[in-house]
Amino acid sequence: MIRLESLRIELSGFTVHDIDLSIDDGEFFMLLGPTGAGKTLVLEAIAGMSPITDGRILVKGRDITSLPPEARGIGIVYQDYALFPHLCVLDNITYGLRYHRKDDAESEKWVQWLMDQLGLMPLAERSVKNLSGGESQRVALARALAVNPSVLLLDEPLSALDPNFREEIREVLKRLHKEVGITFLMVTHDFAEALFLGERMAVIHQGGLEQTGSVADVFQRPSTPFVAEFVGMKNIFQVVFDKGTAHIEELALKVEAAPAKGHGHIAIRPEDIVIRKEAVSDNGINLLQAKVLNVIQRGPYYEVFVRTGKIVFQTMLSKSDLIEMTVTETRDVYLTIRTSDIHVF
Amino acid sequence: MMKAKRVDPFFWVAIFSTVTVVLFILFPLIEMITQPTFNDLAETVKDRDVLRSIWLSIYSSGIAALISFLVGTPFAYLLARKEFRGKKLVESIIDLPIMIPHPVIGIAILGLAGRDHWLGQAMQSIGIQIMGTVTGIVTVLTFVGLPFYVNTVKTGFESIPVRLENVSRSLGASLTGTFLRVTFPLAWRSMIVGIILCCARAISEFGAVVIVAYHPMIAPVMIYERFTAYGLAYSQPVAVWLILVCLVLFLLLRIFSLPKEHKA
Repeated sequence: MIRLESLRIELSGFTVHDIDLSIDDGEFFMLLGPTGAGKTLVLEAIAGMSPITDGRILVKGRDITSLPPEARGIGIVYQDYALFPHLCVLDNITYGLRYHRKDDAESEKWVQWLMDQLGLMPLAERSVKNLSGGESQRVALARALAVNPSVLLLDEPLSALDPNFREEIREVLKRLHKEVGITFLMVTHDFAEALFLGERMAVIHQGGLEQTGSVADVFQRPSTPFVAEFVGMKNIFQVVFDKGTAHIEELALKVEAAPAKGHGHIAIRPEDIVIRKEAVSDNGINLLQAKVLNVIQRGPYYEVFVRTGKIVFQTMLSKSDLIEMTVTETRDVYLTIRTSDIHVF
Repeated sequence: MMKAKRVDPFFWVAIFSTVTVVLFILFPLIEMITQPTFNDLAETVKDRDVLRSIWLSIYSSGIAALISFLVGTPFAYLLARKEFRGKKLVESIIDLPIMIPHPVIGIAILGLAGRDHWLGQAMQSIGIQIMGTVTGIVTVLTFVGLPFYVNTVKTGFESIPVRLENVSRSLGASLTGTFLRVTFPLAWRSMIVGIILCCARAISEFGAVVIVAYHPMIAPVMIYERFTAYGLAYSQPVAVWLILVCLVLFLLLRIFSLPKEHKA
């Protein structure tokens, strides 16, 4: 288990503060945040490469805060691979073995297995200068795992890759994590990667933690407007609650699980706002009258902006729905939003 | 109608400047090399004093470069990798020997090594003599050559991504292990270039050496002496030999430090 206790890092004017996290053994944990949020700084602090100002880092109950990087048993994979350019693929992978006293035959078997799993056998003698992005990242993974670290840190390992390699390495990461049982802590700014790979996650913003929880939980129930926007929620509004109703200016929406009174936020995913030709009414449904403002094609679906009163909602439609309902600009439509789909925070 | 292609006047200015600069550097050197006859050159190379002075020049410069390598490498590494208060100041101090007039350097070193200074007394008590010795020459040459080594190697270290060293440490290698297995194999070419520059600067030093150690004579001092005592014709052959020997040495070092792989 990794525990970060009130971690504080100050580096050339930027501060990462109050980082409290605990990651279970064998977990695939995601640290998510926009560029410049301090994610890489946290990773490098765990690996022992950036000095920390305050706090503690514990791995399997052992305080490693003051240990040098080589004594921590923590592997790292960077987005730019950081392969040793003067060594061939095999020498890169076996680089760390001499520092980890272990049965030679066992190490060799382990390295063989890793290279086999990652499809690196045919590349063993190749210079790392002539590898594709996907191959380079697989070598970097094999090299880090060869020494059997207790934790593997991954710093945006997919960001520098072409889309087809990205998918390949994403699959590799998922499979490998399942098979080796090592704790993975991965930093990314891409929520889709977190959804695909992560079990639990933390969102970091401007040097501080915004929310921690299971990936599904953060996705469904973001706790701040920043996280809501970051996980792809649209239609985020500041509201005033009053007995089960959220007021956005003159618009009133019935919501569930809202505080009796006070200020707060609501967010609604575009796919949860349903466009209808006719009015329907049911318990637990908000029915609104609206006018179509704008229809934008986004590849396989359409983004539709509708206005009710002064409020603009963003929703989405498939092409067939768009044609069937003849949704065009300036058309009057009805919207339904289930009270349970309105996220309150 | 075909239109003639207009060439920007700047192109002609650039061509003119290039030719001027190359001629400015080469013309005097070519003239000097071609003026002595073969006979003069053959005579000179038989002169033991000349050989000794050229050898002394090369060997004292070589030692200066070796000292620069030993103390300059860790220092350059520190400058390339660490941020600390006063770093800019330390970097300017390193450049001082490049700016100070050479005789001033000689006078400064003599001031320290003289009998009036406690350091000079201390050194003499353990048998180190600066004035008029090879030790003195090497001291001066190291003083003027070190900045070239440190600056070159620092740039070399800076061009190696820190992440390579980070990965090496995360795999279990200590700072020393990382330096030997990652940093050095990637930086040794810049060290060779640093050594070449340091040697080149040291071999060309005259002003400081002439004050600290007129004797034993390094080649530039001997050339100067022959010029003042016997004139131009007598000093030129020595100069030619110095240039030729240095050219060969530096060429060898350059070839040795070229990257291996240049496959099509």
